[in-house]
Amino acid sequence: MAKIKMKKKSTSTDMTAMCDVAFLLLTFFILTATAKVPEALPVDMPSSTVQSKLPDSDLAIITIGKGDDGKSKVFFDIKGREIRKRTLEGMGAKFGVTFSEDDKTKFALMDDFGVPVTNLKQIIDMKASDRVKANQPGIPIDSLDNQLKEWLLVARRASIDIDDKELQIAIKGDAKEQYPQIKKIMDILQDQKINSFNLVTGMRGKDF
Amino acid sequence: MAELNTGDGGGGKGGKVRSKKQNSKVDLTAMVDLAFLLITFFMLTTSLSKPQSMDLSLPDKDDDPTKNKDIKVDENRTMTVILGENNKMIYYMGLLASPIAGPKDITYGKDGIRREVLKRKKSVLEYSAALGKPKNGIIVIIKPTKKSTYRNLVDMLDEMAIAGVDTYAIVPEFTPEETNLIDKK
Repeated sequence: MAKIKMKKKSTSTDMTAMCDVAFLLLTFFILTATAKVPEALPVDMPSSTVQSKLPDSDLAIITIGKGDDGKSKVFFDIKGREIRKRTLEGMGAKFGVTFSEDDKTKFALMDDFGVPVTNLKQIIDMKASDRVKANQPGIPIDSLDNQLKEWLLVARRASIDIDDKELQIAIKGDAKEQYPQIKKIMDILQDQKINSFNLVTGMRGKDF
Repeated sequence: MAELNTGDGGGGKGGKVRSKKQNSKVDLTAMVDLAFLLITFFMLTTSLSKPQSMDLSLPDKDDDPTKNKDIKVDENRTMTVILGENNKMIYYMGLLASPIAGPKDITYGKDGIRREVLKRKKSVLEYSAALGKPKNGIIVIIKPTKKSTYRNLVDMLDEMAIAGVDTYAIVPEFTPEETNLIDKK
């Protein structure tokens, strides 16, 4: 009698299609992801339950935090390359510092910085990894030499020139920073009639 | 006889060299595993890296004191919260000279200030409804002292958002009585 032979089923499935899809998605996520660069001034943000997100463009972020020496420092960052370029031009003209075309391109790709305008060139010339270690002293905000005010003014003007939009301002303060420091920044903003701004916070649940 | 052995000396069958048929299938399981692991990583990091933000609108500031008008509000509707140092907080309802409640120490979080704010919000709404103006809700005055931290302020603003208090003000000015109250602590 003939033996009935069961057909042996192969356990391995064809993975090619799955692999294709997986890599397609992977490519998509890698391209859309924004690389997280180390911040020049790391701050521990307070958390809140608010869910709204920060805008991506036309945004200036003022970072307030304590440096290694325990002093409060103010750093400034603008999102959007064209606005950054235009702002640097404006600041150079205002403070009598000339920036070359190369400097402007580099500045457009930089992140936050915290030096007086006169020292900005040195920071621009550094490598990204060195900037973090550079121990930047912060932007002067005294009443005698209020460069933050100038940065804000020039950046707002640049934003209106380029995108025809009012620049959004966000304050990113360290949770342990004392209120008068924050108040000082808010006062600078209010002196320019910026009465509405964002506070950057972390996330937490409602049940704390 | 001496014979030099070269190779197999024609021992093969018919001399036809057959190359072994290689399996064209590669096991892709590990590759897919890796790809999905990376996808998961990128998905999670992209959505989480965007920070949250809280909108804050302040009233117009005018340096000219003659233009600043004092707005009179019903003291029964106001709740004043003083943010002190070391995460301490004092609150009172109404005027400090004749408070409806407090002044009392209170803690942050759901068992402290949130319960109180919600309770007061309800009672103020009832009070306003009795006066025939049911839309007049509670007014919270947040007074951060010089020693309070940014975290305290954001926590308090967050409580306002959670409790749904629409009218609140940040006033960093203190009357002498209030200064005494803080110094006592």
